[in-house]
Amino acid sequence: MGPRAVARRRPAVIVWVIAGLALALLVLPVLGLLLSAPWPALPALLVAPETLQALGLSVLTGLVSTALCLVLGIPLAVVLARSVAWPVVPRRVLRAAVTTPLVLPPVVGGLALLLLLGRNGVLGRYLAAVGITIPFTTGAVVIAQTFVAMPFLVFAVEGALRGADRRVERAAASLGASPLRVFRTVTIPLVAPGIAAGAVLCFARALGEFGATITFAGSYPGVTRTLPIASYLASQTDLDQSIALALVLLVVSVAVLLGLRDRWLPGVRG
Amino acid sequence: MSASALVADFTARRGAFEVAVAFHVVAGRPLALVGPNGAGKTTVLNALAGHVGVESGSILLDGRHIEQVAPELRRVGVVFQDYLLFPHLTVAENVAYGIRMRGTRRAAARSAALPWLERFDLARLADRSPHELSGGQAQRVALARALAAEPEALLLDEPMAALDVEIRDDVRAELAEYLRDFSGPTVIVTHSAADVAALAADVVVLEHGAVTQRGSWASLRTAPATPYLSRLVRRPDEEGVEPATLRSPAPGTQHPARE
Repeated sequence: MGPRAVARRRPAVIVWVIAGLALALLVLPVLGLLLSAPWPALPALLVAPETLQALGLSVLTGLVSTALCLVLGIPLAVVLARSVAWPVVPRRVLRAAVTTPLVLPPVVGGLALLLLLGRNGVLGRYLAAVGITIPFTTGAVVIAQTFVAMPFLVFAVEGALRGADRRVERAAASLGASPLRVFRTVTIPLVAPGIAAGAVLCFARALGEFGATITFAGSYPGVTRTLPIASYLASQTDLDQSIALALVLLVVSVAVLLGLRDRWLPGVRG
Repeated sequence: MSASALVADFTARRGAFEVAVAFHVVAGRPLALVGPNGAGKTTVLNALAGHVGVESGSILLDGRHIEQVAPELRRVGVVFQDYLLFPHLTVAENVAYGIRMRGTRRAAARSAALPWLERFDLARLADRSPHELSGGQAQRVALARALAAEPEALLLDEPMAALDVEIRDDVRAELAEYLRDFSGPTVIVTHSAADVAALAADVVVLEHGAVTQRGSWASLRTAPATPYLSRLVRRPDEEGVEPATLRSPAPGTQHPARE
């Protein structure tokens, strides 16, 4: 009790030291990037056609993927939240299925998409028969990004659904709202912060997507060469160009996070 | 033509627990459903509202079978124990919600809600958010919201439980007046004798999922048939039925020990 008890709550010195190392690991690489940036040459590199092309493609595909994640992911989150009442086996299968893209190496995910939707793929051969080719198109970029980003949206919304008082939906039903109207007028507004947080995480993940995209969509300039791929390719030949592309990626990501931090991102709230 | 009535005779299930009740309520004679915690009162209320399925039996509202009707089509209004106001809507929008769900456009629903706001003394709170309301105000919003949807029957689940003890008498008296104006059958779930005395004409006592006694409050007071009910009538002030152990924690358990 007393001062001693208060003093004991302070973490041990070793905890501070390790926490400092962890922070260094997180922050120093970004500092290194900023320090090695070719600042004088940067303006020219930033407006280079390849940079702008990759940026435009990244932002476009990232936004479309996020929209797709919202449309598909919110209903999936509702089902996932409901599944707590299911028998244990289907409940766990569903949760594992949603988690798959999180634990699967992106390259494996890209390969799996290729084997499913490629010209000779399980589904792809039927699509090819009616003249639809998906791999190595901008559509393939969107599918790859949606694949890897979806769990972020689903888990964020599911968490919000679990935290919300769902009995309010009963109140809405007793006031004459059909299930669809309850969903639209009560459920969605109740979990809006979770939806927003999920969408931000989704966009950030889609923006950084590399492995699944290059495997499933390749790297055609203006079609599938997004910022991360362009930056990686440039690092093989022109490091300054690579750093410039990386900085653009960094700025867009940080801007997204900062733009929404106070309102919706619990993890980033100061 | 007879007064509108709610006639219930059904069993409902919550997990392994089964409740069986039979009663009828007519407009103008509110029915109190009393019983200790866990007796199944809320399950009965949820079954009447359609949020819990009926295992067997029937519920008739003005002669129409509603036991298989979806909650949104039952026209049974509910005032929930903690009111369950829509946190993302203003007071006015809460009250207008039921009007909107019946096909009225947003602006028209808002003006249709005005008389309800006036009647429940909520006009000056119209643009407030539910979290800015006192308990008594929130209860009035919940009641106005339920009644604005023009239900044919009204259910109230522990209407006083969420209120501070000091204001319960005043709010209860107010509620009794509002309920007198409602023209349909009313069921009030409570475990407070004071609620029964002020709000209800008839009583059904529910213990362990079964009806143990029924009648007017006056008749039950003079001849309580179960230990539960005799405790309830002996302590008509508040919460007469709560086990003493729940109300006053043993010394030393009241505050978590400090570190």
